Amino acid sequence: MEKEPFFSAKNLKLLTEPLGRSNPVTVLVLGVCSALAVTVKLEPAVAMAVAVTAVIAVSSFIMSLLRSTIPNRIRIIVQLVIVSLMVILVDQVLRAFAYDVSKQLSVFVGLIITNCIVMGRIEAFALGNKPWPSLIDGIGNGLGYGMILVAVSCCRELLGSGTLWGYRVIPSSFYIANGGVYENNGLVILPPMALILLGIIIWVQRSRSKNPAKR
Amino acid sequence: MGDVVNIFVKSVFIDNMIFAYFLGMCSYLAVSKSVKISAGLGLAVLFMLAITVPISYLLNRYVLSSGALAWVSESLRGIDLSFLSFIFFIAIIASIVQIVEMVVERFAPTLHSSLGIFLPLIAVNCAILGGSLFMQERGYQTLGEAAAFGLGSGVGWLLAIVGIAAIREKLAYSNVPAPLQGLGITFIVTGLMGIAFMCFMGIKL
Repeated sequence: MEKEPFFSAKNLKLLTEPLGRSNPVTVLVLGVCSALAVTVKLEPAVAMAVAVTAVIAVSSFIMSLLRSTIPNRIRIIVQLVIVSLMVILVDQVLRAFAYDVSKQLSVFVGLIITNCIVMGRIEAFALGNKPWPSLIDGIGNGLGYGMILVAVSCCRELLGSGTLWGYRVIPSSFYIANGGVYENNGLVILPPMALILLGIIIWVQRSRSKNPAKR
Repeated sequence: MGDVVNIFVKSVFIDNMIFAYFLGMCSYLAVSKSVKISAGLGLAVLFMLAITVPISYLLNRYVLSSGALAWVSESLRGIDLSFLSFIFFIAIIASIVQIVEMVVERFAPTLHSSLGIFLPLIAVNCAILGGSLFMQERGYQTLGEAAAFGLGSGVGWLLAIVGIAAIREKLAYSNVPAPLQGLGITFIVTGLMGIAFMCFMGIKL
């Protein structure tokens, strides 16, 4: 078989497609579960995005290596085992090197196991493709997921606490308490606002894209 | 007893799986087009949560947490297996789903035909695994508390999905801007429902 260059046009497309036209969160509606709960602040959202990308990429890669040896009937169980092993690794690494972030993410690291993007990409892509494209596809989808997380968490942290990544963006002299006119919007911190923000992001994305996904 | 009731009420309304933690969103969005079907899925989730959370509690209490193996032999007291909890919980959930499916199929065929398609899906529903993980993280003290939490979360999830399905049935007749139709408006409506549920905050029995 002819050897394909590592970053052929086809593979590059796998990487960029999930960022826009087939974004896993806003277009395919996968993995929304955890996408919203960790977006109050930017830092945990980025950590979550990196964790999910790592899990998707590596488990797609492994499943793709094993794809011809696993009997079809038990593949779901095998997938669950591989994904949960990856998640345990990620969790232990987070606990060792970024304990505060891992505390903030709490149960949502564990919930990467049931994140539909992971299972969805394995089922839809890795089981039918070679390891290298599966790895790229996993990274692409992880980045697409991360993009939405970062967008939502930027809005929420900026409007809700006036900071980004813990650094103050809106000067403290603007606040009413210090004689200014500005007040943080407490509603943005609360969970329901994440849903509304994501709804608006989907609205913007669909009205910009030429062929919107079917209802 | 008061504690147990309190945990139940809290997990139905205040710490609602959907509105406060967004767990099980995928199936919540995908299956909320008609009230009847969504009630079926809601019942299946309620059922599974009520079974898996107490079982995970026992597993956590007697196998996984630090020093939990002391009942086997005193020399095992120093062992902490909690890093294995993800894989244990997901294995327990997947196997219970299988067992429940077989039992329901054998003894209640009518229930099976109405829940049928949803049961296998539930193994990868984040609400179920989330229930077990929250139970572990919050450290419920007794089996009763864990069971109340599981049952309450299930009831909360059922309420949420039936509510959104009813709203979406009505929404079909309203004039929503084209790009917002379907997914977008569902998110926004869910957000508004979440704000409504927040008025229960601070209730204590």
